[in-house]
Amino acid sequence: MALLEVNGLGISFGGLRAVDDFTINIEKGMLYGLIGPNGAGKTTVFNMLTGVYRPNNGTIKLDGENLVGKSPAQICQTGVARTFQNIRLFKKMTVLDNVKVALHNETKYSLWTSMFRLPGYFKKEKEMDQRALDILAVFGLEGQAQVMASNLPYGQQRKLEIARALATNPKLLLLDEPAAGMNPNETAELMETIKLVRDKFDVTILLIEHDMKLVAGICEYLTVLNFGTELASGTPDVVLHDPAVVTAYLGE
Amino acid sequence: MKKKISKGFILEIAFIIASYVLLTILMKSGMLNRQYTALIVPVGVNIMLAVSLNLVTGFLGELSLGHACFMSIGAYTGALISTSMELPSYAEFFLALIAGGVMAAVFGFLIGVPVLRLHGDYLAIVTLAFGEIVKSVLNALPFTNGSKGLSKIPMYSNYQHYTLVFILVILTIVIITNLVKSRHGRAICSLRDNYIASESIGIPVSRFKVLAFVIGAFFAGIAGVVYAHNVGIIKPTTFDYNKSIEILVIVVLGGMGSIKGSIIAAVILTVLPEMLRGADDYRMLLYSIVLIVMMLFNNSEVKERLLEMNLFKRHQKEVD
Repeated sequence: MALLEVNGLGISFGGLRAVDDFTINIEKGMLYGLIGPNGAGKTTVFNMLTGVYRPNNGTIKLDGENLVGKSPAQICQTGVARTFQNIRLFKKMTVLDNVKVALHNETKYSLWTSMFRLPGYFKKEKEMDQRALDILAVFGLEGQAQVMASNLPYGQQRKLEIARALATNPKLLLLDEPAAGMNPNETAELMETIKLVRDKFDVTILLIEHDMKLVAGICEYLTVLNFGTELASGTPDVVLHDPAVVTAYLGE
Repeated sequence: MKKKISKGFILEIAFIIASYVLLTILMKSGMLNRQYTALIVPVGVNIMLAVSLNLVTGFLGELSLGHACFMSIGAYTGALISTSMELPSYAEFFLALIAGGVMAAVFGFLIGVPVLRLHGDYLAIVTLAFGEIVKSVLNALPFTNGSKGLSKIPMYSNYQHYTLVFILVILTIVIITNLVKSRHGRAICSLRDNYIASESIGIPVSRFKVLAFVIGAFFAGIAGVVYAHNVGIIKPTTFDYNKSIEILVIVVLGGMGSIKGSIIAAVILTVLPEMLRGADDYRMLLYSIVLIVMMLFNNSEVKERLLEMNLFKRHQKEVD
């Protein structure tokens, strides 16, 4: 059984069929790419997978568990984490706190413990600090733990967002254009980081990306969306040379 | 690392004790005249109100214009208990405090739930309307004695009982500070910074929004009880939106999300009008001008520089 099974997913906004009959199966440990021209419906697919939008039809199953109809917070708890196309960090919080918020459902203590600093507080907080610093270290951000998130340079903000998503201990990580706005050097570095993340955190990754170098470099399998429907699927070599895909990207 | 934490903790305790000693000296030595000793409790009440409103406005990031309404619910509940019951005074006041806080928290929940889907300006208007509803109801109910309000409330928390008020103020500050620096507080702050992102990392958004409202209301209720037992008379008009705005001004001046700032601003803005009494007719004019100047300073580069210098010094010390 695949980790993520999506079958016949569709959604309309008013009269517009944004995504129609979208089907993918992602095996555990895979690095899967979702590509397509602007407005093809890629982010809409992400929003349906994470419960931001409720699909009109189709099923989504993670490890056999149904995700349709659940709230974003519940879906996160079943093991799906994401990053956003336009970075959404907690800007007025420190880098460390950004990751610690995401540990909310991992390390728990009661409201009374919070308010009165009962003994459990210090122990659990220390655990959280350690875990958060470990994750930040993977991204080389441990030195900036006390910096305000909004003061990080752009590339590091992208990394912090991935770190935060990983702190929720997901089975499936959705990356929405992780390389957007990065220069070639940063993109190359990011490719290494994504591979490292997959191996180190034992997580399956589905990513949306426009940078074909990145897609061809790290994705093991691709699905191409165009006007809300699937245009092609397969390994990068095959898909990227498919005449239909080339036409969709470059025109006739 | 561990040593540092305990050092900060000792400093805080030392600061609390020092401020209590200072307060006692001021109260007992007769350095303050009647006009100023009467201000001690209102300062405490305003600190409690500002710190609790800061939880909603500064940390949750929602503008609430109905904080005085939670205060009024606490004040009325507490006053009704202490005027109708025949218990020893301490037990009675304790009961009044708890009941006032809990009742206000219940109303905090009642307003928190319907406004779950609202943000920003919309939520602010709803809280404003809610405050007016409560005021009108208090005006109309038989047992709250209409617009004449409740009087002959025993003075359990006037300036002679400043120790008790001091303890309550410290408790409020400590509990809210602790909360903010915890797992739950971080979840509340994350809602302020990015609602969608906090949902995406598994924060039960609705629960924390209501939680912030409930806790904020609880402490506003307690502040209301203290207020009622200091003044002795309460009327619905005391708790209109002017009072809510007054608390909001304190929070904004002190800085959104800064508890220390709220405390300092509460002290300044409570004492200032009294100090300006000498100016007679120009009092409110001067007060407003001072307010404008302080707001400008608070948002200026001069302050940023001062803060930077402070940080720099601290950094230097750490390096040494």
